[in-house]
Amino acid sequence: MASHDAHAHHPKQQHHFYSMEQQLEASILGMWVFLVTEVMFFGGLFMAYIVYRHMYPLAWAESSHELNVYMGGGNTVVLICSSLTMALAVRAAQIGSRKGQIVNLILTILLGSTFLVVKYFEYKAKFEHGLVPGPHFDPHELLANGTLAPIHLPQGSEIFFSLYFIMTGIHALHMVVGIALMLIILAMAWKGKFGPDYYNPVEISGLYWHFVDIVWIFLFPLLYLLGAHFSL
Amino acid sequence: MVMSETIKEARHSYLDAPYGLKSWLLTRDHKRIAMLYLISITIFFMLGGLFAAGIRLELLTPKGDIWSADLYNKMFSMHGVIMVFFFLVPSIPATLGNFFVPIMIGTKDLAFPRINLLSWYLYVIGGVIALIVLAMGGIDTGWTFYTPYSSFASNTNVTLAIVGVFVAGFSSILTGFNFIVTVHRMRAPGMTWFRLPLFVWAQYATSLVMILGTPVVAITLTLVAAERTLHLGIFDPKIGGDPVLFQHLFWFYSHPAVYIMILPGMGVISELVAAMSRKQIFGYGFVAASSLAIAILGFLVWGHHLFVSSQSIYAGMVFSIITMLVAVPSAVKTFNWAATMYKGAVSWESPTFWVVGFMGLFLIGGLTGLYLAAMGMDIALHDTYFVVAHFHYIMVGGAIMAFMGGLHFWWPKMTGRMYNEGLAKAAAVLVFVGFNFTFFPQFILGYLGMPRRYYAYPDEFQVWNVLSSAGASVLGIGYMLVFTYMMYSLFRGEPAPANPWGAKGLEWTTSSPPPTFNFDEDPIVTEPAYDYKPAGSEVIVG
Amino acid sequence: MSSSFPLFPPSASSVATEMDLLYLFITGVCAFFTVVVTLVVVYFTIKYKRRSPNDVGADIHGSLVLELTWTIIPLILSLIMFGWGASLFYRLSRPPSDAMEITVVGKQWMWKVQHPEGVREINELHVPLGHNVRLTLGSEDVIHDFAIPAFRVKIDVVPGKFTTMWFNATQIGTYHIFCAQYCGTKHSGMIGQVIVMTPQDYEAWLAGGRSTGSAAQNGERLFADLSCITCHKADATGRGPSLIGLYGSTVQLADGRKVVADDNYLRESIMNSQAKIVQGFQPIMPAFQTQISEENLLQLLAYLKSLKPATAAPAPAHEK
Repeated sequence: MASHDAHAHHPKQQHHFYSMEQQLEASILGMWVFLVTEVMFFGGLFMAYIVYRHMYPLAWAESSHELNVYMGGGNTVVLICSSLTMALAVRAAQIGSRKGQIVNLILTILLGSTFLVVKYFEYKAKFEHGLVPGPHFDPHELLANGTLAPIHLPQGSEIFFSLYFIMTGIHALHMVVGIALMLIILAMAWKGKFGPDYYNPVEISGLYWHFVDIVWIFLFPLLYLLGAHFSL
Repeated sequence: MVMSETIKEARHSYLDAPYGLKSWLLTRDHKRIAMLYLISITIFFMLGGLFAAGIRLELLTPKGDIWSADLYNKMFSMHGVIMVFFFLVPSIPATLGNFFVPIMIGTKDLAFPRINLLSWYLYVIGGVIALIVLAMGGIDTGWTFYTPYSSFASNTNVTLAIVGVFVAGFSSILTGFNFIVTVHRMRAPGMTWFRLPLFVWAQYATSLVMILGTPVVAITLTLVAAERTLHLGIFDPKIGGDPVLFQHLFWFYSHPAVYIMILPGMGVISELVAAMSRKQIFGYGFVAASSLAIAILGFLVWGHHLFVSSQSIYAGMVFSIITMLVAVPSAVKTFNWAATMYKGAVSWESPTFWVVGFMGLFLIGGLTGLYLAAMGMDIALHDTYFVVAHFHYIMVGGAIMAFMGGLHFWWPKMTGRMYNEGLAKAAAVLVFVGFNFTFFPQFILGYLGMPRRYYAYPDEFQVWNVLSSAGASVLGIGYMLVFTYMMYSLFRGEPAPANPWGAKGLEWTTSSPPPTFNFDEDPIVTEPAYDYKPAGSEVIVG
Repeated sequence: MSSSFPLFPPSASSVATEMDLLYLFITGVCAFFTVVVTLVVVYFTIKYKRRSPNDVGADIHGSLVLELTWTIIPLILSLIMFGWGASLFYRLSRPPSDAMEITVVGKQWMWKVQHPEGVREINELHVPLGHNVRLTLGSEDVIHDFAIPAFRVKIDVVPGKFTTMWFNATQIGTYHIFCAQYCGTKHSGMIGQVIVMTPQDYEAWLAGGRSTGSAAQNGERLFADLSCITCHKADATGRGPSLIGLYGSTVQLADGRKVVADDNYLRESIMNSQAKIVQGFQPIMPAFQTQISEENLLQLLAYLKSLKPATAAPAPAHEK
């Protein structure tokens, strides 16, 4: 069988693999296993959410109503689009289109950054409305005339907001890591490193990106859409 | 000297080529990484042992007269954190697992060598953070970090300790993830799943637990840190939080974690029993399946830590019955190991001593779990010294004995040296005797009612405590003896042949120590594991 | 039995004997397997000792019959242990209805006990021989655990909720109380004693104790002081539901659920009043979280438990 000095192999093939195919399969399996660990990581938070929502359904509904469903919804659209551009970037790498990779990676990064910017404004509003748990938890609501009025939220709301900040905060951290990853992939794509015979890093980064997107798709309805009242 | 000349003439092995500190610190060789881990976990084992000595010293007398209450609380907390997160969890997987999983499946390295090195650095960083916490006074929450004590009442460096544990946990996740991909994708031609050595099955099962469980404790402890630092409280009863939720989330990992700590040891014992008996493991399929069964069932029993915590009685019953179920595969393994020795050719070399010691101690440890699994019985025994005795029988009597056995068995392969056989046998006996004297009295103390984490106790408990502390000194001497003759062997030990035990397994087909890429020629596997056949005899079907 | 090598704590409660029997049963099973397997392993090690360096063992692969045998037998034995243990636990979690109620509050690092007649103790618990005693326990700070080895009972004491346990003391004497959940610096010092007396001695002790009124009387005073009485009128004309006969009854909630009004329901209704709204009433009750100490809460509960139907005036919670 192939030993390490037999025939010339792809420059990117690592020494302990006997073929590029084995390397690709290993790296993809590896990313899936890693994503399983991420599911378990967020899973703990979702468990806490489920337990407390069962205990404080009223607090959950009323607190959810305080979140900005437009910003959250907009962010959801932004992330879904970024998953599209990510998938297109992987496709571009598969067919060896350097331009396609660069354009789509840049779009993905821009969309991801948009998400984070909107998040910043959301958090800022929470802070101003006294919805950050802790000694300064003092819920207020923005009235139509632009003033802040104190409101009473049921017991359990402080826990809702703790979970809101932790869940969206950890998600945002994952977004930051994702964007950093994309910048590295972009640099490599710029140098023309990817083609039909080698596009592992783009594919597995894509998997990571899609995962972060999917977490948001769960977070958005669970956090934002509980107490939303839309009038038609 | 003749000996060193012989070594100089020998071919370069992974140990000396390439040469230099930098080549070790930037290595991608799984064998070197295993040795780096071995050095680091030994340091933490000694540190954890030092705290154990402090505990047993205080418990010689009923009054708290040596350490202050706070210092004692910090000692048992640091003992637990260090021994669980910085010694037991990495121990066999990161040393023997890292070294032998690739060799046993016939490949050159793990799937992700650089991530393997990263896992060691993360372990070291986590360890350094733990040392910093220690220097800053340590934590006093117990290794279990129960809220609300840990989230608002303790005024020690809980947050920093959590960071250290989190980083070390990440190291554990990376090890597990590496093994899973390796076993799936890197097996040599002919190495089918059912030809895998049972050590590999055990590591695989352990890795499943590592990747599924560790992230949960990571997020749980993160929540405690968030509560302490950012006031993002979810366990605080004053705002409606439930402190018992912490216990559920914590034990969801920490119970499977104990299987992370024992499954690899069971894998080692399977290897040793087969090799020392020169016989096919009895019931290979059952032993392999039992590793998986333990890994899976182990995730479904965490509530047995919460029987008296205000958990619903019906949830308790479910957890109790599944706990009884998870005991069965361990029993199956034990019977299979014993049956393997039947009509074997059992060597009386030192690894056998460690194996037999393991069997006795693991048996008692596992069986005493039954007391705690029976809910009604647990009411009397929960949070008493009975629990302490039970888990030390498994983790020290079981896991550490197995680790010692594996170290002794594979030492010639890893280092190219033989150690002193006589001393090794003596050490096994010392450890076995010392261990029993240390921990058996604690079962009695537990039923008498002595709670855990007490540094002062009623007078009538003293006699058993004194016996326990006396045993602990013998145990300590036993371990120090092992360290001494092993270290000595590195400088003055006999050079080891490729197969000193006459055992089957791919690791024995290569030199001691192996070359950097493990094999001179890529192996092709054609026989099952443990294929011991007497020359020219017929196959006997049992 | 006292000896220089004590093996068992005193057996001083109605369940101690059964607990000891279960203990002995499990010990018997464990000892049996330990001895048998150890002897087998040692025997095999000796009998099948390798005679020459090239010796190899017999070519035996396994036996389905043996595997099934040593899977099924341990399974059966462990299921027996499960059944017995679960049954014992179940009985220990269901206090008899005639149990006298004593409340215990744990705080770092002491136990505060209050008898229904009002007598209080710190780190001591006097109980009459042969009577069912039910403890309701609360915590002021972190999780503790109230353990009485001589009675073979313990229960965690968790802040934010009440837990209960019961026992029936069967032997006169003084026994250890331990805190069995690590709670900080003086965890080892959070100990006390339970003193079992004859019923006559117990009555005498109670009479001699200073009391500021029974728990229920204190609760009644709190009920007025905290203005509960404004909305919760006895004749059900108030803005809140009548509380007569509430304890132990089934309540229909506004969201359709039915719950039993147990200790924790009463606690939650006071501390987090919006969590469960009774059908037919508005969610206007204020929450008293942070305004009531654990001890006062327990006294309020004692008062509420005493509000039985067809009783004009509240009766003390102490049983006949």
